[in-house]
Amino acid sequence: MAEKIYLYPVWLRIWHAINALMFLVLIATGISMQYSHPDAPLIRFDRAVSWHNIAGIIVSLNYLIFLMGNLITKNGSFYKIKLKGLIKSLIKQFDYYLRGLFKREPAPFPISEERKFNPLQKVTYVGTMYVLVPIIIITGLALLFPETIVSKVFNYSGIYLTALLHGTVGFLLSVFLVIHVYFSTIGASPSSNFKGMINGWHEKH
Amino acid sequence: MKRLYIFIISLFIISLPSYSQMLVDFEGEPAAFEDNQHCFDCHSKKIYTYENEYTGRIERKAMNPNFILNPDKFYLGVHRHFSCTDCHSPDYETFPHQAELRLEEMYSCLDCHGGDPTYEQYHFELIEDEFGKSVHANRHDEHFSCWSCHDPHSYSALTRRDMKISEIVRQHNNTCASCHDNPDRFQLISDSLKRPLHQIHDFLPNYKLHFNAVRCIECHSSPTDTLWVAHNILSKDLAVKNCVECHSANTLLMSSLYKYQNIELRRSRGTLNAMLINESYVIGANRNIYLNIGSLVIFGLTLLGVLVHIIFRIIK
Ligand code: HEM
Repeated sequence: MAEKIYLYPVWLRIWHAINALMFLVLIATGISMQYSHPDAPLIRFDRAVSWHNIAGIIVSLNYLIFLMGNLITKNGSFYKIKLKGLIKSLIKQFDYYLRGLFKREPAPFPISEERKFNPLQKVTYVGTMYVLVPIIIITGLALLFPETIVSKVFNYSGIYLTALLHGTVGFLLSVFLVIHVYFSTIGASPSSNFKGMINGWHEKH
Repeated sequence: MKRLYIFIISLFIISLPSYSQMLVDFEGEPAAFEDNQHCFDCHSKKIYTYENEYTGRIERKAMNPNFILNPDKFYLGVHRHFSCTDCHSPDYETFPHQAELRLEEMYSCLDCHGGDPTYEQYHFELIEDEFGKSVHANRHDEHFSCWSCHDPHSYSALTRRDMKISEIVRQHNNTCASCHDNPDRFQLISDSLKRPLHQIHDFLPNYKLHFNAVRCIECHSSPTDTLWVAHNILSKDLAVKNCVECHSANTLLMSSLYKYQNIELRRSRGTLNAMLINESYVIGANRNIYLNIGSLVIFGLTLLGVLVHIIFRIIK
């Protein structure tokens, strides 16, 4: 029996479950709207609009849980990046995923109660949760209340620019999601990290 | 130096046709300014005065609001060089006006503009035909005429190439709203009590944004290629209610609202939506071809990377 550590408190798992589910809805409805076509609707346009709005509002409120949780509990400390030696450790982790992993070498930054994320994970999560997600929430809320958007920026429609940013970040988050879910299969067993995100216990390699 | 002069002069000549194409001289002094002043003395004011010949008193009266005109707007309109009595009976020159004058038959657009090659580009006959098919003509017969929407006293083209789309939209929608969002005027031709526009359109996700960005006729008319502005207003059950008719790559708006600016751009694929992008944003219609391709490539590479990694994990 592999050693298990309790890494994911209940509030985090609730946040994450809602977040993951709503993101799937947002991606499906978002793509439907961006590539809407009269003859081949993925999801009917008017439905896609309402579902996207509802899911977006849920994700935004849910994000407050994440912020509060990271502010109040010690989970926030895992999201602090130390710049010193960062590049070096990122390269080390990268190298592990490209070579060491296949040679069954031990991970350079093993997960423990003190170190929940490896350096690459940490940088990706911080970039996602503190840069991309806020941008997509703010632009999304702005598009929900378009009268709040400046109408013209250098002769371009402000709504257009906002939508462009919203769509681009949405795309980046979709790429994140693919990589994120794939890397979650790298664990004690391909499914153990997913189980961990459900029951809270991380199985060590 | 001589060449420079020739260059400048020829530039000037090249630019001339655009002026001569204008049918109305908007620069010069209105031709009937003096004559019209006599009418405007009363018909531009809320209160008019006249001398009562029987009592010798100066009377102050309120003008019927329907007969108050704005001379400034009149002289900006296409009929700015007209004298009032070109269209109205010369008998109006005496006051009090005779009662029978109220019954005088008014001209319609075609009485002057029909069959005249000067106005060919505006297709007045086609407008008449299209109007004939519309609900405005079918439901209201004689009560509904050109003047119900277009005031000849101030009319100027609602759609011009040099206008911003938002301006075109505003002017057009004001025309419709002047009856459809104004119960008093609406009752002039109908007994039905209409629900307010925003209630009727509450199925639109953001009705205000739609109203400011597109014209009513985008959904409520059947456009023809030759006409700049569709005049065949359809009955409400035929209105466009399917979002993707506009919200898709080959958006309906290209053949309606954006056709003026897009006639030249239409054929070239990359600039197809150039006009949309500049002035507004339509979900599903504004697609940036480079971003679309770029995102597909990046997404493909990501999946490929994952796949290769999986293969290595399996075989090693
Ligand atoms: C179907 C979708 C998703 C699945 C299956 C999934 C799976 C997982 C798993 C297994 C973990 C635990 C392993 C680890 O810490 O890396 C995790 C953690 C995490 N996921 Fe996801 N995820 C999904 C969607 C998302 C989305 C959409 C986001 C953000 C936009 C996200 C952000 C995070 C973050 C920030 C953590 C670390 C939480 C912490 O421990 O503080 N996930 N996810």
